[in-house]
Amino acid sequence: MYFDSLAAALQMDGHGIYVWPVYALGVLIISALVALPRRRERQLLRRLAGDIRRQGGARASEEE
Amino acid sequence: MWSFFHKLGSPPWLYRISGSILRWLLPITLLALAGGVLWALLVTPVDFRQGNSYRIMYLHVPAAIVAMAGYYIMAIAGGISLIWKMKMADVAMKACAPVGAALTFLALVSGAVWGKPTWGTYWVWDARITSVLILFFLYLGVIALYEAYDNKEAASKACAVLSLVGMVNIPIIYKSVDWWYSLHQPASIKFTGNSTMDPSMLYPLLWMIVTFYALFACCVMMNMRAELLERGSRTRWVRDLATSGEVR
Repeated sequence: MYFDSLAAALQMDGHGIYVWPVYALGVLIISALVALPRRRERQLLRRLAGDIRRQGGARASEEE
Repeated sequence: MWSFFHKLGSPPWLYRISGSILRWLLPITLLALAGGVLWALLVTPVDFRQGNSYRIMYLHVPAAIVAMAGYYIMAIAGGISLIWKMKMADVAMKACAPVGAALTFLALVSGAVWGKPTWGTYWVWDARITSVLILFFLYLGVIALYEAYDNKEAASKACAVLSLVGMVNIPIIYKSVDWWYSLHQPASIKFTGNSTMDPSMLYPLLWMIVTFYALFACCVMMNMRAELLERGSRTRWVRDLATSGEVR
């Protein structure tokens, strides 16, 4: 650990105001990069499953 | 060897294999990233000239390097899809663009914020910064161009050409600090000869660079998986996947 205290780590001799927001932005961007494709994948499969269920239901009612 | 290429063109195979790679690569990458960030922020010693603001470099440099390397990968994928009409190369090209754009954006913003305490200004129109801004627009251009066409085959061709032409920009970015007078400092890590960095600062940087490469690979694979599902929504394997309820 380079810093003596948490306050010193946040302060970074006056540079904390530049360093911490950049890292916050980095975390935000990386989270989005990881989360968005997974969400898209999940939504696609869910929508498709719904379509197939509805088609199956329609076909079953035609056969009746 | 040929059977590998044959499999590579098979969406269900690629979907399955990428799923089993991501299952371990993604958690390891995210853990390594968290560790690297803590290392960079709290453990590394302070730079005697720049002070603590230099810690931004541990995000800025990996993002910029991988954004440039990612452009090559996108352009090569575009070239393959253009020449050999490989569908999978087109999927890969499309998957690279948003990841590259996000990393370029991170490199630009982190560089600007670093510039304020270091150079006294957020932005200067010098060669390095302007050429990276062009890189950002090239990535956005590929994304926008893809969406602009209704005919996806035409879209794929146009994007491949744009990404190949844009490749000229990469060596310009790389060499800009040597070719033109620039505020931006030249590279501290060198493949040949000694790096001008102390190991206590160099190792976390190398760690972050490797981690960002892994992150790029993970994100491109995840984008490809979503794209494969969308394109194959009428095929048997995707419909089976949707009805099996095995949505991870």
